[in-house]
Amino acid sequence: MSFDVPDDRKYLESHEWVEDGDGPVKIGISDFAQDELGDVVFVELPGEGDDLAAGEEFGVVESIKAVSDLYSPVSGEVVAVNDALESQPELVNDDPFGDGWMIEVEVSEENGDLLSADDYREQIE
Amino acid sequence: MSLRKPPLRDVHDARGATFTEFGGWEMPVEFDSIQDEHRAVREEAGVFDVSHMGEIEVGGSDAETLMQRLTTNDVTNLDAGDSQYAMITDDEGTILDDTVVYRLPESEDSAFLFVPNAGHDEQMYDRWVDHRDEWDLDATVSNVTDDYAMFAVQGPDAVDLVADATEESLGDLSKFEAKYATVAGVRCWVARTGYTGEDGFELLLDADEAETVWEALDCQPCGLGSRDTLRMEMGFLLSGQDFDPEEDPRDPYEAGVGFTVKLDTEFVGRDALERVKEEGVEEEFVGIKLVDRGIARHGYEVTDREGEVIGEVTSGTMSPTLNEPIALGYVPTEFADADTRVGVRVRGESKKAKIATVPFLSEKR
Repeated sequence: MSFDVPDDRKYLESHEWVEDGDGPVKIGISDFAQDELGDVVFVELPGEGDDLAAGEEFGVVESIKAVSDLYSPVSGEVVAVNDALESQPELVNDDPFGDGWMIEVEVSEENGDLLSADDYREQIE
Repeated sequence: MSLRKPPLRDVHDARGATFTEFGGWEMPVEFDSIQDEHRAVREEAGVFDVSHMGEIEVGGSDAETLMQRLTTNDVTNLDAGDSQYAMITDDEGTILDDTVVYRLPESEDSAFLFVPNAGHDEQMYDRWVDHRDEWDLDATVSNVTDDYAMFAVQGPDAVDLVADATEESLGDLSKFEAKYATVAGVRCWVARTGYTGEDGFELLLDADEAETVWEALDCQPCGLGSRDTLRMEMGFLLSGQDFDPEEDPRDPYEAGVGFTVKLDTEFVGRDALERVKEEGVEEEFVGIKLVDRGIARHGYEVTDREGEVIGEVTSGTMSPTLNEPIALGYVPTEFADADTRVGVRVRGESKKAKIATVPFLSEKR
């Protein structure tokens, strides 16, 4: 089975992605991660204005069968939260790199352990 | 220790199933999506490979006595082809396992067949043999778990679906009745039983013929993931989770299955259970619905409204039918009435919840 791994993102080994670029960046989980989890039924996210630390937990995603912590690829302030996930958590399954994004962060510092798309592809192969 | 594999493990793998370890077996947990599989069973039909369930046959002139003394229900009520749900308890009345006991037709070598949970077959075989010897009974006990495949076809369309694959009439079987029938040319023990709350059949058949029958049951293949969400909506117990003789010992009255206990019969645990019945239980198995957003899982604490821990969640999920978080667990009897407000600690945070009547869904038949 092959999974989407867009080149315009960076990844954590724990399967979160972060947009590559300046300014606020969106964060979510990868296509591989949503497939592993199965039907996502609940997402617990921080609030706008919360500060995140790179590599630390920022929320939880629950599928019918499992609970998984979400780890932040960057440090910074949460400037937007995808409220649609409250009523439609299945967006994480349907469109993990698009409508299934989770939070948007004004980055103060990146995690040093981020993977390129190629490196992440290698990890999930 | 390597995992035991159902006869169709490779067939399921080729179909794209993901697998999980359950009771020492490597079993399909999901074929497509737990929600899709769940929906198929509630609205149409789905087929589960439950070959991890144990099968033990008991024969001989004292077979009935042995079965009667080792299960809580009354096997003398069973005519050939009847079955009953029963508990297997120890001297203290603690549930060791739950099972379905079938009385086989008189033409068979054995008189009874019972189905212990995954991974319990060897323990139950030993228990039967040890007690037979201790009581000096004339009975044969055979662990035939590896000889059988077992499928459960469940859902509103399940009866018609199995009828299409057989020339025999099956619609006349009432709930908990069973008989031998030829499905897709294969002789199967077909029972109107299941564990989803839907109508349907469970089929026991020669493991070597498993693929022929599986292919003939043309409906949504379902894994243990949806079996779990379906049984939770009904408030049915899961061994090892809702009761566990080591980690969470429970008697049948606490576990809400007192109807399987026939105190006018003699069985191991009877006297202890008579005392429990007279004195009443301190804790009860209840349904719980979360009011706040969140999902309660096995092991999470249940609290009163002040935050004091009063019990524990034993199973929980998001109900695919209700689209609400549901859970099962034990609370003190004074908290067990429907709509009593409680809390559940989800990752350290207290979520509002209330006691709910089980089954969460009404049983359709």
